[in-house]
Amino acid sequence: MITLLHEERQTRWPEAAARGDELWLDGQAIEQATGWTWKPEGLCRDDVCVPLPRAPEGEFVRDDRLNLAALWRRSGQPVVHDAASRTWVLGTGAAQRSAALATLQAPDFALPDLDGRLHQLSSYRGKKVFLATWASW
Amino acid sequence: MWQSLFDELKDHGFTVLAVAMDQPEAARPWIEAAAPAYPCLIDGEHHLADLYNLVNVPQAVWIDEQGRIVRPPETAGSTDGFRAMDRKTFAIPDVVIAERNRIKTLYFDAVRDWAQRGTASVHVLDEGRAAAKLKLPQATIAEAHARFRLGLHLLRQGQADEAQAQMAQAIRLHPDSWTMWRQAAAKNERGLAAGPEFWARVDALGARPYYEPADIAGSAEKTLSATSPPTRT
Repeated sequence: MITLLHEERQTRWPEAAARGDELWLDGQAIEQATGWTWKPEGLCRDDVCVPLPRAPEGEFVRDDRLNLAALWRRSGQPVVHDAASRTWVLGTGAAQRSAALATLQAPDFALPDLDGRLHQLSSYRGKKVFLATWASW
Repeated sequence: MWQSLFDELKDHGFTVLAVAMDQPEAARPWIEAAAPAYPCLIDGEHHLADLYNLVNVPQAVWIDEQGRIVRPPETAGSTDGFRAMDRKTFAIPDVVIAERNRIKTLYFDAVRDWAQRGTASVHVLDEGRAAAKLKLPQATIAEAHARFRLGLHLLRQGQADEAQAQMAQAIRLHPDSWTMWRQAAAKNERGLAAGPEFWARVDALGARPYYEPADIAGSAEKTLSATSPPTRT
Protein backbone atom coordinates (compact mmCIF):
# COMPACT_ATOMS: atom_id res chain seq x y z
CA MET A 1 0.00 0.00 0.00
CA ILE A 2 1.38 3.38 -1.05
CA THR A 3 0.28 6.63 0.62
CA LEU A 4 0.62 9.70 -1.55
CA LEU A 5 0.50 13.27 -0.26
CA HIS A 6 0.12 16.21 -2.61
CA GLU A 7 -1.15 19.66 -1.64
CA GLU A 8 -4.36 19.05 0.36
CA ARG A 9 -4.76 15.51 -0.97
CA GLN A 10 -3.91 12.29 0.82
CA THR A 11 -4.63 9.10 -1.11
CA ARG A 12 -3.76 5.42 -0.74
CA TRP A 13 -2.91 3.08 -3.60
CA PRO A 14 -2.85 -0.69 -3.10
CA GLU A 15 -1.94 -1.26 -6.76
CA ALA A 16 0.90 1.25 -7.02
CA ALA A 17 4.44 0.01 -7.37
CA ALA A 18 7.37 1.74 -5.73
CA ARG A 19 11.02 0.76 -5.85
CA GLY A 20 13.63 3.10 -4.45
CA ASP A 21 13.03 6.45 -6.16
CA GLU A 22 10.55 5.06 -8.68
CA LEU A 23 6.81 5.40 -8.23
CA TRP A 24 4.62 3.77 -10.87
CA LEU A 25 0.95 4.70 -11.08
CA ASP A 26 -1.80 4.33 -13.66
CA GLY A 27 -3.70 7.27 -15.09
CA GLN A 28 -6.67 7.02 -12.76
CA ALA A 29 -4.47 6.99 -9.67
CA ILE A 30 -2.44 9.94 -10.95
CA GLU A 31 -5.58 11.97 -11.49
CA GLN A 32 -7.04 11.24 -8.06
CA ALA A 33 -3.75 11.70 -6.25
CA THR A 34 -2.63 14.90 -7.93
CA GLY A 35 -5.43 16.39 -10.04
CA TRP A 36 -3.25 16.00 -13.16
CA THR A 37 -4.54 13.98 -16.12
CA TRP A 38 -2.25 11.67 -18.08
CA LYS A 39 -2.92 12.25 -21.80
CA PRO A 40 -0.97 11.30 -24.93
CA GLU A 41 0.54 14.81 -24.94
CA GLY A 42 1.71 14.63 -21.34
CA LEU A 43 0.44 15.44 -17.85
CA CYS A 44 -2.28 18.05 -18.10
CA ARG A 45 -4.29 20.24 -15.77
CA ASP A 46 -6.58 23.03 -16.95
CA ASP A 47 -4.86 24.48 -20.02
CA VAL A 48 -1.37 23.35 -19.05
CA CYS A 49 0.33 20.20 -20.32
CA VAL A 50 3.77 19.05 -19.23
CA PRO A 51 5.05 16.88 -22.10
CA LEU A 52 6.64 13.54 -21.32
CA PRO A 53 10.36 13.83 -22.04
CA ARG A 54 11.92 11.90 -24.90
CA ALA A 55 13.50 8.96 -23.13
CA PRO A 56 14.35 5.33 -23.76
CA GLU A 57 11.38 2.95 -23.74
CA GLY A 58 10.40 2.08 -20.19
CA GLU A 59 12.09 4.99 -18.42
CA PHE A 60 8.93 7.02 -17.83
CA VAL A 61 6.20 4.76 -19.21
CA ARG A 62 5.93 1.03 -18.67
CA ASP A 63 2.83 -0.95 -19.60
CA ASP A 64 -0.04 1.28 -18.49
CA ARG A 65 1.88 3.09 -15.79
CA LEU A 66 3.87 6.27 -15.48
CA ASN A 67 6.89 6.79 -13.25
CA LEU A 68 5.28 9.83 -11.67
CA ALA A 69 8.19 10.48 -9.31
CA ALA A 70 10.66 10.72 -12.21
CA LEU A 71 8.44 13.06 -14.19
CA TRP A 72 7.76 15.18 -11.10
CA ARG A 73 11.49 15.58 -10.43
CA ARG A 74 12.10 16.32 -14.05
CA SER A 75 9.76 19.33 -13.74
CA GLY A 76 11.91 20.69 -10.91
CA GLN A 77 9.52 19.76 -8.10
CA PRO A 78 10.45 17.96 -4.90
CA VAL A 79 9.65 14.28 -4.45
CA VAL A 80 10.45 12.70 -1.09
CA HIS A 81 9.59 9.34 0.43
CA ASP A 82 10.23 7.30 3.53
CA ALA A 83 12.93 4.61 3.74
CA ALA A 84 10.46 1.88 2.79
CA SER A 85 9.14 3.90 -0.23
CA ARG A 86 5.63 3.49 1.18
CA THR A 87 4.81 7.14 1.90
CA TRP A 88 5.47 9.74 -0.76
CA VAL A 89 5.14 13.51 -0.85
CA LEU A 90 4.90 15.15 -4.25
CA GLY A 91 5.74 18.73 -3.34
CA THR A 92 5.14 21.84 -5.34
CA GLY A 93 8.25 23.41 -6.82
CA ALA A 94 9.64 26.81 -5.89
CA ALA A 95 9.13 28.07 -9.45
CA GLN A 96 5.46 27.06 -9.40
CA ARG A 97 4.90 28.63 -5.95
CA SER A 98 6.73 31.79 -6.94
CA ALA A 99 4.77 32.16 -10.17
CA ALA A 100 1.50 31.82 -8.24
CA LEU A 101 2.50 34.34 -5.58
CA ALA A 102 3.85 36.82 -8.13
CA THR A 103 0.38 37.20 -9.67
CA LEU A 104 -0.66 38.66 -6.27
CA GLN A 105 -3.83 36.56 -6.47
CA ALA A 106 -4.01 35.00 -3.00
CA PRO A 107 -3.34 31.25 -3.35
CA ASP A 108 -6.58 29.44 -2.52
CA PHE A 109 -6.82 26.74 0.13
CA ALA A 110 -9.41 24.83 2.13
CA LEU A 111 -8.72 24.06 5.79
CA PRO A 112 -10.96 22.60 8.52
CA ASP A 113 -12.05 24.26 11.74
CA LEU A 114 -12.13 22.28 15.00
CA ASP A 115 -15.47 20.73 14.02
CA GLY A 116 -14.01 19.49 10.75
CA ARG A 117 -15.94 22.00 8.64
CA LEU A 118 -13.90 23.11 5.64
CA HIS A 119 -13.39 26.81 4.98
CA GLN A 120 -12.21 27.86 1.55
CA LEU A 121 -10.41 31.18 1.22
CA SER A 122 -12.12 31.97 -2.10
CA SER A 123 -15.56 31.66 -0.47
CA TYR A 124 -14.74 34.89 1.42
CA ARG A 125 -14.59 36.89 -1.85
CA GLY A 126 -16.32 40.23 -1.38
CA LYS A 127 -14.76 40.70 2.05
CA LYS A 128 -11.42 42.01 3.16
CA VAL A 129 -9.68 39.04 4.72
CA PHE A 130 -7.11 39.45 7.45
CA LEU A 131 -5.45 36.04 7.09
CA ALA A 132 -3.44 35.58 10.27
CA THR A 133 -1.42 32.68 11.62
CA TRP A 134 -0.79 31.62 15.21
CA ALA A 135 0.25 28.51 17.13
CA SER A 136 0.17 27.11 20.66
CA TRP A 137 3.92 26.44 20.69
CA MET B 1 -6.55 36.92 19.99
CA TRP B 2 -8.16 39.13 17.31
CA GLN B 3 -11.70 39.20 18.73
CA SER B 4 -11.92 42.91 19.52
CA LEU B 5 -10.52 43.76 16.08
CA PHE B 6 -13.13 41.52 14.47
CA ASP B 7 -16.00 42.94 16.57
CA GLU B 8 -14.98 46.46 15.71
CA LEU B 9 -14.57 45.90 11.97
CA LYS B 10 -16.90 43.10 10.94
CA ASP B 11 -19.52 45.55 9.68
CA HIS B 12 -16.99 47.04 7.27
CA GLY B 13 -16.89 43.96 5.02
CA PHE B 14 -13.93 42.65 6.96
CA THR B 15 -13.17 39.31 8.49
CA VAL B 16 -10.38 37.66 10.38
CA LEU B 17 -9.41 34.21 9.13
CA ALA B 18 -7.20 32.71 11.81
CA VAL B 19 -5.06 29.72 10.96
CA ALA B 20 -3.36 27.64 13.64
CA MET B 21 -0.09 26.21 12.32
CA ASP B 22 -0.58 23.49 14.82
CA GLN B 23 -1.97 20.07 15.63
CA PRO B 24 -5.73 20.12 16.41
CA GLU B 25 -5.34 18.75 19.94
CA ALA B 26 -2.76 21.46 20.78
CA ALA B 27 -4.83 24.30 19.30
CA ARG B 28 -8.19 23.16 20.70
CA PRO B 29 -7.89 24.46 24.31
CA TRP B 30 -6.79 27.89 23.10
CA ILE B 31 -9.65 28.19 20.62
CA GLU B 32 -12.23 26.90 23.10
CA ALA B 33 -11.04 29.32 25.80
CA ALA B 34 -11.13 32.33 23.46
CA ALA B 35 -14.31 31.17 21.65
CA PRO B 36 -13.80 33.68 18.83
CA ALA B 37 -16.64 34.64 16.48
CA TYR B 38 -14.35 34.54 13.43
CA PRO B 39 -13.33 31.28 11.71
CA CYS B 40 -10.41 29.46 13.31
CA LEU B 41 -8.84 26.98 10.94
CA ILE B 42 -6.39 24.22 11.75
CA ASP B 43 -3.42 23.68 9.49
CA GLY B 44 -1.79 20.58 10.96
CA GLU B 45 0.27 20.03 7.79
CA HIS B 46 1.61 23.63 7.68
CA HIS B 47 0.15 23.83 4.22
CA LEU B 48 -0.25 27.61 4.44
CA ALA B 49 3.44 28.07 5.18
CA ASP B 50 4.22 26.21 1.96
CA LEU B 51 1.62 28.13 -0.10
CA TYR B 52 2.53 31.61 1.18
CA ASN B 53 6.20 31.07 2.08
CA LEU B 54 5.61 31.79 5.78
CA VAL B 55 8.35 31.39 8.40
CA ASN B 56 6.89 32.36 11.77
CA VAL B 57 3.73 33.16 13.71
CA PRO B 58 2.01 35.52 13.90
CA GLN B 59 2.29 36.47 10.25
CA ALA B 60 -0.62 37.98 8.34
CA VAL B 61 -1.63 38.57 4.73
CA TRP B 62 -4.11 41.26 3.75
CA ILE B 63 -6.42 40.04 0.98
CA ASP B 64 -8.91 42.39 -0.66
CA GLU B 65 -12.49 41.80 -1.85
CA GLN B 66 -11.24 40.45 -5.19
CA GLY B 67 -8.90 37.95 -3.57
CA ARG B 68 -5.80 40.02 -4.27
CA ILE B 69 -2.88 40.34 -1.89
CA VAL B 70 -2.59 43.99 -0.86
CA ARG B 71 -0.03 43.32 1.86
CA PRO B 72 2.11 40.19 1.45
CA PRO B 73 2.97 38.03 4.48
CA GLU B 74 4.52 40.05 7.28
CA THR B 75 4.85 40.02 11.06
CA ALA B 76 1.42 40.78 12.53
CA GLY B 77 2.28 43.29 15.24
CA SER B 78 4.94 41.36 17.15
CA THR B 79 8.45 42.59 17.93
CA ASP B 80 11.77 41.21 19.07
CA GLY B 81 11.18 42.78 22.51
CA PHE B 82 11.14 39.31 24.12
CA ARG B 83 14.86 39.05 23.36
CA ALA B 84 15.48 41.67 26.07
CA MET B 85 13.83 39.37 28.62
CA ASP B 86 15.70 38.44 31.79
CA ARG B 87 15.77 34.68 31.34
CA LYS B 88 15.51 33.97 35.08
CA THR B 89 12.78 36.41 36.12
CA PHE B 90 11.15 36.73 32.64
CA ALA B 91 11.11 40.50 33.25
CA ILE B 92 11.22 42.79 30.23
CA PRO B 93 12.45 46.41 30.65
CA ASP B 94 9.66 49.02 30.63
CA VAL B 95 11.15 50.86 27.68
CA VAL B 96 11.09 47.67 25.62
CA ILE B 97 7.49 46.99 26.60
CA ALA B 98 6.53 50.52 25.60
CA GLU B 99 8.12 50.06 22.17
CA ARG B 100 6.44 46.67 21.80
CA ASN B 101 3.07 48.25 22.55
CA ARG B 102 3.74 51.13 20.16
CA ILE B 103 4.51 48.75 17.26
CA LYS B 104 1.51 46.58 18.04
CA THR B 105 -0.81 49.61 18.11
CA LEU B 106 0.69 50.94 14.89
CA TYR B 107 0.10 47.62 13.15
CA PHE B 108 -3.47 47.08 14.31
CA ASP B 109 -4.36 50.73 13.62
CA ALA B 110 -3.17 50.05 10.08
CA VAL B 111 -5.48 47.02 9.86
CA ARG B 112 -8.37 49.23 11.08
CA ASP B 113 -7.53 51.90 8.53
CA TRP B 114 -7.57 49.31 5.74
CA ALA B 115 -10.84 47.74 6.92
CA GLN B 116 -12.56 51.14 7.04
CA ARG B 117 -11.05 52.86 3.98
CA GLY B 118 -10.23 49.96 1.69
CA THR B 119 -7.95 50.85 -1.22
CA ALA B 120 -7.81 54.48 -0.02
CA SER B 121 -5.79 53.32 2.97
CA VAL B 122 -2.11 54.34 2.82
CA HIS B 123 -1.31 50.84 4.08
CA VAL B 124 -2.63 49.15 0.96
CA LEU B 125 0.33 48.49 -1.32
CA ASP B 126 -0.01 48.95 -5.06
CA GLU B 127 1.07 46.06 -7.28
CA GLY B 128 4.64 47.23 -7.63
CA ARG B 129 5.21 47.69 -3.93
CA ALA B 130 3.36 44.49 -3.01
CA ALA B 131 5.45 42.52 -5.51
CA ALA B 132 8.64 44.07 -4.19
CA LYS B 133 7.72 43.12 -0.63
CA LEU B 134 6.85 39.50 -1.53
CA LYS B 135 9.37 36.89 -0.50
CA LEU B 136 9.56 34.05 -3.02
CA PRO B 137 10.71 30.54 -2.07
CA GLN B 138 13.93 28.88 -3.23
CA ALA B 139 14.14 25.22 -4.31
CA THR B 140 15.56 24.30 -0.89
CA ILE B 141 12.46 25.75 0.78
CA ALA B 142 10.13 23.76 -1.50
CA GLU B 143 11.99 20.55 -0.62
CA ALA B 144 11.95 21.50 3.07
CA HIS B 145 8.14 21.73 3.01
CA ALA B 146 7.87 18.32 1.30
CA ARG B 147 10.18 16.74 3.90
CA PHE B 148 8.41 18.46 6.80
CA ARG B 149 5.06 17.17 5.58
CA LEU B 150 6.50 13.66 5.25
CA GLY B 151 7.87 13.98 8.79
CA LEU B 152 4.50 15.05 10.22
CA HIS B 153 2.80 12.15 8.47
CA LEU B 154 5.35 9.60 9.71
CA LEU B 155 5.00 10.98 13.23
CA ARG B 156 1.26 10.32 13.15
CA GLN B 157 2.00 6.81 11.87
CA GLY B 158 4.16 6.18 14.93
CA GLN B 159 7.47 6.22 13.02
CA ALA B 160 9.04 8.76 15.37
CA ASP B 161 12.71 8.27 14.49
CA GLU B 162 12.24 8.52 10.78
CA ALA B 163 9.84 11.44 11.28
CA GLN B 164 12.42 13.37 13.31
CA ALA B 165 15.08 12.69 10.69
CA GLN B 166 12.89 14.09 7.92
CA MET B 167 11.96 17.15 9.97
CA ALA B 168 15.60 17.75 10.92
CA GLN B 169 16.50 17.66 7.24
CA ALA B 170 13.67 20.10 6.49
CA ILE B 171 14.98 22.49 9.13
CA ARG B 172 18.51 22.28 7.69
CA LEU B 173 17.12 23.08 4.25
CA HIS B 174 15.03 26.00 5.57
CA PRO B 175 16.86 27.43 8.59
CA ASP B 176 14.79 30.67 8.52
CA SER B 177 11.59 28.78 9.37
CA TRP B 178 10.65 29.09 13.02
CA THR B 179 7.31 27.39 12.35
CA MET B 180 9.10 24.19 11.35
CA TRP B 181 11.64 24.39 14.14
CA ARG B 182 9.14 25.10 16.91
CA GLN B 183 6.59 22.55 15.71
CA ALA B 184 9.29 19.87 15.69
CA ALA B 185 11.02 20.94 18.92
CA ALA B 186 10.47 19.48 22.37
CA LYS B 187 7.83 21.47 24.29
CA ASN B 188 7.84 22.43 27.98
CA GLU B 189 4.99 21.80 30.43
CA ARG B 190 3.13 24.81 29.01
CA GLY B 191 3.40 23.43 25.47
CA LEU B 192 6.05 25.98 24.49
CA ALA B 193 9.22 25.29 22.54
CA ALA B 194 11.05 27.82 24.73
CA GLY B 195 13.89 25.86 26.30
CA PRO B 196 17.65 26.48 26.13
CA GLU B 197 17.75 25.25 22.51
CA PHE B 198 15.22 27.88 21.52
CA TRP B 199 17.19 30.66 23.17
CA ALA B 200 20.44 29.40 21.65
CA ARG B 201 18.82 29.54 18.24
CA VAL B 202 17.46 33.04 18.91
CA ASP B 203 20.89 34.20 20.12
CA ALA B 204 22.46 32.78 16.97
CA LEU B 205 20.38 35.26 14.98
CA GLY B 206 22.70 38.01 16.19
CA ALA B 207 21.60 41.25 14.55
CA ARG B 208 19.01 39.47 12.39
CA PRO B 209 15.38 39.71 13.56
CA TYR B 210 13.23 36.91 14.91
CA TYR B 211 10.17 38.92 13.85
CA GLU B 212 11.03 40.92 10.76
CA PRO B 213 9.45 44.39 11.21
CA ALA B 214 6.31 44.84 9.11
CA ASP B 215 7.36 48.27 7.91
CA ILE B 216 4.02 49.96 8.55
CA ALA B 217 3.87 53.61 7.57
CA GLY B 218 4.17 55.66 10.78
CA SER B 219 1.38 57.84 12.09
CA ALA B 220 3.38 61.04 11.42
CA GLU B 221 3.73 60.04 7.78
CA LYS B 222 0.02 59.33 7.61
CA THR B 223 -0.80 62.91 8.66
CA LEU B 224 1.57 64.26 6.01
CA SER B 225 0.03 62.15 3.29
CA ALA B 226 -3.31 63.90 3.78
CA THR B 227 -1.87 67.10 2.31
CA SER B 228 0.91 65.84 0.06
CA PRO B 229 1.55 62.61 -1.81
CA PRO B 230 3.45 60.09 0.28
CA THR B 231 7.10 60.06 -0.72
CA ARG B 232 7.98 56.88 1.07
CA THR B 233 6.24 53.90 2.61
